[in-house]
Amino acid sequence: MTVSTAEMAQARVRADAEARAPLLEVAGLTRRYGARIGCADIGFDLWPGEVLGVVGESGSGKSTLLACLAGHLAPDAGRVLWRDRDGRARDVLAIPEPERRLLARTDWAFVRQNPRDGLRMGVSAGGNIGERLMAGGARHYGRIRGAAADWLARVEIDAGRIDDTPRAFSGGMQQRLQIARNLVSGPRLVLMDEPTGGLDVSVQARLLDLLRGLVREMGLSAIVVTHDLAVARLLAHRLMVMKDGRVVETGLTDQVLDDPQHAYTQLLVSSALRL
Amino acid sequence: MYVATKGGERAIGAAHAWLAEERRGDPATPALTVAQIREQMTLAVARVMAEGALYDPDLAALALKQARGDAVEAAFLIRAYRTTLPRLGASLALDTAAMACDRRISAIFKDLPGGQTLGPTFDYTHRLLDFALAAEDAPPPPAAPEAPPASSPAPRAAAILDREGVLQPEPEGADTPPDLTRAPLELPADRALRLQALARGDEGFLLALAYSSQRGYGRNHPFVGELRVGAAAVEVEIPELGFAVAIGEVALTECETINQFAGSTTEPAQFTRGYGLVLGCNERKAISMALVDRALRARELGEADADAPAQDEEFVLSHCDNVQASGFLEHIKLPHHVDFQAELELVRRLRAEATAAQAAASSEAAG
Amino acid sequence: MTPDDADYTFAYLDEATKRMIRRAVLKAVAIPGYQTPFASREMPMPYGWGTGGVQLTAACLTPDDVLKVIDQGADDTTNAVSIRAFFAKVAGVATTESTREATIIQTRHRIPETPLTEDQIMVFQVPIPEPLRFLEPRETETRRMHALADYGLMQVRLYEDVARHGAVTLAYAYPVRVAGRYVMDPSPIPRFDNPKLDRSPALMLFGAGREQRIYALPPWTRVESLDFEDHPFEASKPDRPCALCGAEDSYLDEVIVDDAGGRMFVCSDTDHCANRRAAGAQASAP
Repeated sequence: MTVSTAEMAQARVRADAEARAPLLEVAGLTRRYGARIGCADIGFDLWPGEVLGVVGESGSGKSTLLACLAGHLAPDAGRVLWRDRDGRARDVLAIPEPERRLLARTDWAFVRQNPRDGLRMGVSAGGNIGERLMAGGARHYGRIRGAAADWLARVEIDAGRIDDTPRAFSGGMQQRLQIARNLVSGPRLVLMDEPTGGLDVSVQARLLDLLRGLVREMGLSAIVVTHDLAVARLLAHRLMVMKDGRVVETGLTDQVLDDPQHAYTQLLVSSALRL
Repeated sequence: MYVATKGGERAIGAAHAWLAEERRGDPATPALTVAQIREQMTLAVARVMAEGALYDPDLAALALKQARGDAVEAAFLIRAYRTTLPRLGASLALDTAAMACDRRISAIFKDLPGGQTLGPTFDYTHRLLDFALAAEDAPPPPAAPEAPPASSPAPRAAAILDREGVLQPEPEGADTPPDLTRAPLELPADRALRLQALARGDEGFLLALAYSSQRGYGRNHPFVGELRVGAAAVEVEIPELGFAVAIGEVALTECETINQFAGSTTEPAQFTRGYGLVLGCNERKAISMALVDRALRARELGEADADAPAQDEEFVLSHCDNVQASGFLEHIKLPHHVDFQAELELVRRLRAEATAAQAAASSEAAG
Repeated sequence: MTPDDADYTFAYLDEATKRMIRRAVLKAVAIPGYQTPFASREMPMPYGWGTGGVQLTAACLTPDDVLKVIDQGADDTTNAVSIRAFFAKVAGVATTESTREATIIQTRHRIPETPLTEDQIMVFQVPIPEPLRFLEPRETETRRMHALADYGLMQVRLYEDVARHGAVTLAYAYPVRVAGRYVMDPSPIPRFDNPKLDRSPALMLFGAGREQRIYALPPWTRVESLDFEDHPFEASKPDRPCALCGAEDSYLDEVIVDDAGGRMFVCSDTDHCANRRAAGAQASAP
């Protein structure tokens, strides 16, 4: 595929416009489960090309936050503004369902902890990767297959496996396939829920390395929820520490991890170091 | 020279004549009368009325005779007839608490107001073939001993629990319940609609689903709070009169189950219930229906992992009707040679392409 | 106790039911390709045997109509005979085997070879109206997918076919996109017949009795068979002429003629074949 100079210029103009405004502006986001708080009064900005890590132990509300952002859960209060491709700020919670679904398969990506929840296990690797392209209107088999093969290579899966179903893949391969399936449409925002959870340590390291490369190469904007501070340190530019549904500390990743201010963050960091 | 087969019409005529002959059986044996079926095959008649969704023992007996004893075919005959009948009105809700019970048992109390009435049941019969019945012209059995008639109606067992507040109350339904026979089934369905579908659903299907829930596929710990078989008056409000008039009575089987309780530290525990109501005498169906009704309430009652087949509303309601199911199952007997030809042609083409590709590959390897 | 035939209204269904069906038909025509729920009635033939088509025909028939009923393309197959006899009895309408003479044609699995006209209505019997059913069994979910035009999964299915077999392996009930919006199941017609749906001058009505759905293609509606640009849809048929009339362009039935596996291919559309032969056409000697 060739990209014309006009298109490149357009992309540059767009990038400039984006750089001056956050991609996502979140304010006062709250979700309760009956009397219990899922997450409360969460606010942050996510800038283009930025990776925000959300850390905290299980039950801290980080997955609830992610589900609210992705539109899987309706928050009780708060606002989420999304900067669309034309630079307009859109109220994510007010976007009609058809448009939200369209966003979910084009500009947004959601990488789940368990690849079985994010893949079609009965569909070939190529079909899994091609789905977002086809949902977006791609109708040229050869080009869809080409993109699938290209993405298999980028996530280090042998191109010969293109017609195999993910059932025959290892856990690490499944997770890499899920990442390819999500990134193939060139999303502008990637949400990841414990992307390395449930994998062996050595497999985790390889996946993290791959993710870090893709983030840098594609200039991805992402929110990564994890309980693993090592994952956060490797991937995130900035960190948000959550406890009991609230944000207790935010800052640059190195700053938060090397010089934690809040007592809970200190506990989190020191217990991780003890490992 | 091949000539396209003609004569479908003649074949159909001949087949139907033969069917009539087979239905009659050996003409040396006296023909069954509709009255004999109605009086002596009462449980078959009841099943046809329930699944045909029409209360008319004479028509159900006729349908059984015409269907050569096939209950599903007979229910289908009744349904096809029923759908042509005009709707004159709707009755008031039946007062089953006031029904005249031939049988009424509760498994949750040793005794209760109105008493336990065993009634005409297969329960506690020893299943030994009674060869005496094989004798023609056997005299009728001696009269069963009669108890004095009940002095007062038997209140429902659930009402006793209700008074204590240990049984979850059911919300009032809509004034005009939905009508499965007049509006397409749309999901999710409310409980009234689900019960309508189950009441005309296939007995065997409901039995299997209920059984599966007992064996752990969506377990819901049922007790038979009460099972009653008898007759209830049907009352219709006559606008010109301004009051209700009894227009007859119907035989019914009703089962109410008392199920596992819900509750927490903040909400007091309460039992929940399942409900089954079937036209005619059919305990197996009524109990099955109550279990399936309760299973289908799993989500509404906030039960975790409500993913067993009996708890899946769309699965149960889409497949419980045996007239639909048998029609669709059996339609695969119809000619499908156009579809088959299309597939056959495709398979031949794919095979030819694959064989050609193999040949090309091996000649390449050889070369 | 048995009702006389006179107890049934014209075309069997009572007037209120026919009105209910006509309302559903109007809605279906207004939203081409959309599956309109309707309160399907029990009919005196089993579900799965054309009850949807029979209800549509009953709701559309007038005493002046001329009815043709085909099954697998033929007027003389048993189910076609049975349904034609039903309407001759309960509606007293004229019946025909001629496609040209018919004003309403009820069909199972075929579209006649003779081009249709604006004065005709085609009524299709539909077993499973939901084109997404075998990808997603839940009605609640498939209805949402249609509402959102979320059809990526359908295209994935076609992709999988091409990846595995080099071609889409749907030989019949080949899904189509109607007027650029709804994906529709054309009923189990062979894909050879799909092009006849596109911009057809005749009104096409589809009825699924058991599944309680009616859908429609108004005259001249754009109907595209789903495909890939580089693997375009092909309306295929056995590559040979009819052994009776020599037609090269009609859909063929394969008939086994002897124990030795001898076979011949003849037109599936019996009316078309008979007309051609009456006009002097014949198979060229083998």
